[in-house]
Amino acid sequence: MGFGTLRLMQRYSFFTLARNALTRHQDWARAWRSPPLRPSYDVVIVGAGGHGLSTAYHLAKEHGVSNVAVIEKGWLGGGNTARNTHTIRSNYLRDVSIRFHDASVKLYEQMSAELNYNILFSQRSMIDLVQSWGKLRDLRRRSLAMALHGPTYQLISVDELRRRIPAMGDLQNVRLPPLAGVLHPEGAMARHDAVAWSYARAADARGVEIHQHTEVTGFLSDARGAVVGVETSRGVVRAGKVALATAGNTSHVIARAGLTLPLVTRNLQAFVSEPVKPIIDVIVNCPDVGLYVMQSDKGELVIGGGTDPYPSYRQGCHFATFEDVVASLIEVFPRFGALKMLRQWGGAIEFAYDASPIISATPRDGLFVSTGWYGGFKSIPIGGLTFAHLIATGRPHALAEAFTLGRFGGLRYLLEAGTVAQR
Amino acid sequence: MLLIPCPDCGVRPENEFQCLGEAVTSRPEPATLDDAQWAGYIHERANRRGQHVERWWHFACCGMIFALSRDTLTHAVSANAQDAWR
Repeated sequence: MGFGTLRLMQRYSFFTLARNALTRHQDWARAWRSPPLRPSYDVVIVGAGGHGLSTAYHLAKEHGVSNVAVIEKGWLGGGNTARNTHTIRSNYLRDVSIRFHDASVKLYEQMSAELNYNILFSQRSMIDLVQSWGKLRDLRRRSLAMALHGPTYQLISVDELRRRIPAMGDLQNVRLPPLAGVLHPEGAMARHDAVAWSYARAADARGVEIHQHTEVTGFLSDARGAVVGVETSRGVVRAGKVALATAGNTSHVIARAGLTLPLVTRNLQAFVSEPVKPIIDVIVNCPDVGLYVMQSDKGELVIGGGTDPYPSYRQGCHFATFEDVVASLIEVFPRFGALKMLRQWGGAIEFAYDASPIISATPRDGLFVSTGWYGGFKSIPIGGLTFAHLIATGRPHALAEAFTLGRFGGLRYLLEAGTVAQR
Repeated sequence: MLLIPCPDCGVRPENEFQCLGEAVTSRPEPATLDDAQWAGYIHERANRRGQHVERWWHFACCGMIFALSRDTLTHAVSANAQDAWR
């Protein structure tokens, strides 16, 4: 096991900031090492995004497994961790989903202090704007389901909506006038890069090795068909266990191990406006028209909608969806029509047959998979914690027992309505 | 905007169509399969990054459902699958 507990992580504080200012910030320690790739590890995690790094950190912290390599094809946190809209919430429908995401929100609340890294966590609440009676019934059901488990999801009146979101127009010309709002005070955002970097730094300090620009090209098998390592662009690496956290590309990667999963990959795009003075201080979601909008700390409006209407790995802009989202935005917030859009991006999200995550062993011994993160930024802390538990102990974590692949064999679906803005 | 070649109507804009997802092999006889095989037929998708065959429904016009070969990375449509389907 690792030498990592002997390493001292350079702590970030006002004192170290002031001391490094004296040397013009030339002497900061590297946040993580780039060691040579060794021929064998106890655990190899494929994918150095939020989930992979969180899994590595929790393997070392909770289970003392620090002889771990996180292998990444591109650069750290450069996949879906960099291609989302950094929203954190727990307003789900199913009991297991609510408990799971509530635990994730609580871990996010502690993350800056626990990892000694400011992730710019801003718990500013999220408000759903309800524009149809069907959606109102649906969200009221979710509100009652959540009341059983702790997080708040509370109906509010249109007057209260106007008070909390003064940037809205007069709502007279809205095709579907708002009927009510639903307030989720736990709703938050955080800096997405900082989440990946903080886990990378904390995992590295516990002995985990991070290897960027190392693509997994195949899997090693023993005589029984168990996975005992990976072939990479930098050579063969043997491993006691191999864990996939390759959001968006899991079907593509696991096909090299001869497996097929119940997944579809789609493009989910978002875009930001030019920065403006503070105008909207909550996360607004309009599920009836497929729109969500928030203002980042830089002042840019971050805007997103539904997924593209067909399977795609393109990570681009589907113009019809873009136009739909902008039309919805201008209807509810007419004054935003004056804004210019600065940039646009797409993330390749994959969702399972029932739109719930998969944290599971696979039919091949030694190979584990964490996938189906249909909007997985919010789940990074708990996803990593529960995946690490599964890898280390071989048994699912109590919070994630329902999320195994076995549920499909018995048709025990976890049909989830609380994922990415549904229409 | 994709331009989708409909076998009946010719090349038409994407918004006249609905993508029905990946085309799978023809439905096996359930009685000949065990539970795991049946669950696999229902749920598992190749979800390829690259060329794959999918079904499209020309709902706004002729109503035909046909198969189309498309690249999921570049979105390039190659019409070769539709003849086989017809």
